[in-house]
Amino acid sequence: MAVTWSGRWNHVRKVTERTGPFAHPDFEPSTETLQFLQEVCHILVIGAGGLGCELLKDLALLGIRNIDVIDMDTIDVSNLNRQFLFRPKDVGKTKAETAANFINLRIPGCNVTAHFAKIQDFDASFYRKFHIIVCGLDSIIARRWINGMLISMLSYEDGELDQSSIIPMVDGGTEGFKGNARVILPGMTACVDCTLDLYPPQVNFPLCTIAHTPRLPEHCIEYVRILLWPKEEPFGAGVAIDGDDPAHVSWILEKSQERANEYNISGITYRLTQGVVKRIIPAVASTNAVIAAACATEVFKLATSCCQPLNNYMNFTDIEGVYTYTFEAEKKDDCVACSQKPQNISFCESDKLQDILTYLLESTTYQMKSPSITTAINGKNRTLYMQSVKSIEEKTRANLKKSLAELELCSGQELYVADPTTPSSLTFILQMGTKME
Amino acid sequence: MAAVTKSGLDKNNKYDRQLRLWGDHGQSALESARVCLINATATGTEILKNLILPGIGSFTIIDEHKVQGEDVGNNFFLSKESIGSSRARTATELLSELNEDVSGDFIEESPSNLIENNPDFFASFTIVIATNMDEKSLLQLGELLWNLHVPLLICRCYGFIGYIRLVVKEHNVIESHPDSTHEDLRLDRPIPAFVTLCDSLDMSSMNKKDHSHTPWLIVLYKYLQQWKDSHGGELPKIYKEKSQLKELIRNGVLKNKDGVPEDEENFDEAVRNVNTALHPTSVPSDVQKLFKDPACLNLTSESRPFWILTRAVKDFVEHEGKGALPVRGTIPDMTSDSERYIKLQSVYRDQAAKDVSDVTRRVHKLLQELGQDEPLLDCNQFKTSSLLHSNPCSISEKDIKTFCRNSAFLRVIRCRSLKDEYNPETANVTLIGQHLEDEDGDDVVFYTLLRSVDKFYEKYNHYPGYYTQQVESDITELKACLSKLLQDWSLSSTVKDDYIHEMCRYGASELHTISAYIGGVAAQEAIKMITGQFLPINNTYIYNAMKQSSTTLDL
Ligand SMILES: [Zn+2]
Repeated sequence: MAVTWSGRWNHVRKVTERTGPFAHPDFEPSTETLQFLQEVCHILVIGAGGLGCELLKDLALLGIRNIDVIDMDTIDVSNLNRQFLFRPKDVGKTKAETAANFINLRIPGCNVTAHFAKIQDFDASFYRKFHIIVCGLDSIIARRWINGMLISMLSYEDGELDQSSIIPMVDGGTEGFKGNARVILPGMTACVDCTLDLYPPQVNFPLCTIAHTPRLPEHCIEYVRILLWPKEEPFGAGVAIDGDDPAHVSWILEKSQERANEYNISGITYRLTQGVVKRIIPAVASTNAVIAAACATEVFKLATSCCQPLNNYMNFTDIEGVYTYTFEAEKKDDCVACSQKPQNISFCESDKLQDILTYLLESTTYQMKSPSITTAINGKNRTLYMQSVKSIEEKTRANLKKSLAELELCSGQELYVADPTTPSSLTFILQMGTKME
Repeated sequence: MAAVTKSGLDKNNKYDRQLRLWGDHGQSALESARVCLINATATGTEILKNLILPGIGSFTIIDEHKVQGEDVGNNFFLSKESIGSSRARTATELLSELNEDVSGDFIEESPSNLIENNPDFFASFTIVIATNMDEKSLLQLGELLWNLHVPLLICRCYGFIGYIRLVVKEHNVIESHPDSTHEDLRLDRPIPAFVTLCDSLDMSSMNKKDHSHTPWLIVLYKYLQQWKDSHGGELPKIYKEKSQLKELIRNGVLKNKDGVPEDEENFDEAVRNVNTALHPTSVPSDVQKLFKDPACLNLTSESRPFWILTRAVKDFVEHEGKGALPVRGTIPDMTSDSERYIKLQSVYRDQAAKDVSDVTRRVHKLLQELGQDEPLLDCNQFKTSSLLHSNPCSISEKDIKTFCRNSAFLRVIRCRSLKDEYNPETANVTLIGQHLEDEDGDDVVFYTLLRSVDKFYEKYNHYPGYYTQQVESDITELKACLSKLLQDWSLSSTVKDDYIHEMCRYGASELHTISAYIGGVAAQEAIKMITGQFLPINNTYIYNAMKQSSTTLDL
């Protein structure tokens, strides 16, 4: 398939067919490198949003032809200020397919395959097809999940990591004028969970402030969202808030305004209301372009060895001047995801199962979302608590109030915890003693 | 700002994610901006893409070149079919598809022709962005725009290296949106209404609920008075004194009947805030510098509104403000019942409003002295951007309010001219020398190498390493060009051969992802210039994609 023309790859070939003092020691300048990029190299892009659109363009213009893209979203009007592969006529269509079609049309020979799906819809056999996976996600849960998936695919022989089982992950993230790009070699360098403290957990307003002592317009909006909506069910029983439905936002706006007036609070606007309800993170084209470009450059380096990859984390911000900070994030010896070590957790016999659950949710090391806990007693599996299946939740809910002694859990007991942040369940070893802080 | 786009979309929806960053007035400035791009290279079109998407008013591409095969290879806004036809035309067409509300135009001509034959042409632009211009034309353009007061952004990508240079005589920033700031609480010189409010509250007679819901600002003030009373009216300054104050506050926590202290979040907050809240009220040194600036001291009828406002604030500080800037008027959220928090908030808001009206009076007075007094325009919603460019009569009440609220963060950027940078007599040689000596200074090495490849080009009419068979011999020649440059600067520093070798490897290749990175950074710098918000670079930015590092320096 000779979809090319004279001079097309002149720019790329300068660095793939010539070596330099900063190239990776394994680099061999050759025309085969470009050939590899075009014919063999298979890249997965996760997310076809702000970063994803940029990543597809960037990779395609570096000569990579075989690209898959996964995204579960459809196009919204508010995407158009930065997701440049989408037009007003595309609103409502799937992001993955629209982006893939655009790239395939614009860049001759490029073969982007779209998956309108969630990353959780695929298993290891799918992910194993790719040489490198690059993420442009806005969700930490999804990042941790794919991170966990790539770690679960590592194979060890006599404790030695089989290098050929490593699929590098390049990850980008943006928020307003700030962003970061990082390179993860699963099992070798710091993974997403090793550096979980870089993603501070979301802070919510205390419920008592919202209910009794509102001071900010945000408190009034949260009051309507959390307390008033379920009580009044303004759009029918069981109808959840849709932050994109102007009727819903307008109702919340009006009620928030009423509450604000009651307390002499000013500053409620439609924009603020929608921002709070949808937890909107501001976004601009420029930051997405910068972070995606840095990530795509790293994919190119990893795929060609024409230059040493980033080691391993870069922060970017351009509010006051333009500033980058590059550092080596450290692999955690006892990382829950990549250390292969069971996690020790310490509680007292009088602690309740709820305390363990709360700890898993709130500790900065784990930051789980809805953990289910099972264990094995005398070789028999026993579900202590499960949230995801309603009937089991009802059956196991009472366990939360029981103490660990009542549940007959003792020191050394293994607890298996499943959570949306990880594709495989994690093993915790319970130590009876003092409660963990 | 029109409310709907050409295809009937609500602009509030389409631009929602960015309106949260620069507001409606920033968007309005963007929508009236006219941007000129010289050369539709990959870097050039990537910059424009990131300006067209957020919705600039219009763009004009100046490019005399025909599309070549290698241009389509690295540029998303050219097509295979366009090879051989006008690069300006194709890029304009494909870029225009990005946003129906932006109008695009192109001129197939060399920039040097335009500079020579139609210099006024450039005066109408809000900003000019130049990519891949030869040194001679660039210096001409730099000179022309310098005199026209039009900002120039020079961008370039070369192998794994990116470069941006901002050239502007003067740029004023009112809303710099600093990332972290001290709150303006004035505990060292309390607002009279604040004192009245605090004095009206007797904490010793409060019930448990009211006690634990008294805002920490008031708690801190009360214990500060106690501390001052026993220390000759002085505020705690050193660490030990602040610790004593903290102890005093901790002792004030209510105790239950067994003598065990209750949980009082507001007291914890008071203790936590002792250090920052006692930060003395002062005029920041950046702002003091502005007060001493000749542009502030010697106002004329030509003065920009920014300087008239700066002067009005300076006069305010020296009179009504008694040495302090106008009160910002905001307080952080804190544990409190609604009523007392809102009361406290009003105290600060009211004082801020009073200060604004004092400053407004001073603006009037100054305008009168300049023979320009006209009734101030009433609160036109989208007027702030006018402060940057148009005449003083357009200063509105809203402008003054914004200015006062941001008075601690005002910034002025004055870049050095391109001429000064390129003249060895006036070049910032000391800074370059320092960086070259620095072990980690290799980002700056690439600045000297970019200058050297231009010297090389001048001499040989191609870039070093452009032809594969000449890479080796070009290395020697590039080394000679660099030595000459360092000699012109009278620098004895040396540059490792590795860097020269790497530069020849690049052979002026423009890798798409380097263009995309610089395209993002440069577009944001242009948005800063257009909106007058956020702080632009001063004046040179070097990006090293090999290490994903970057450096800004004033050349
Ligand atoms: Zn890890």
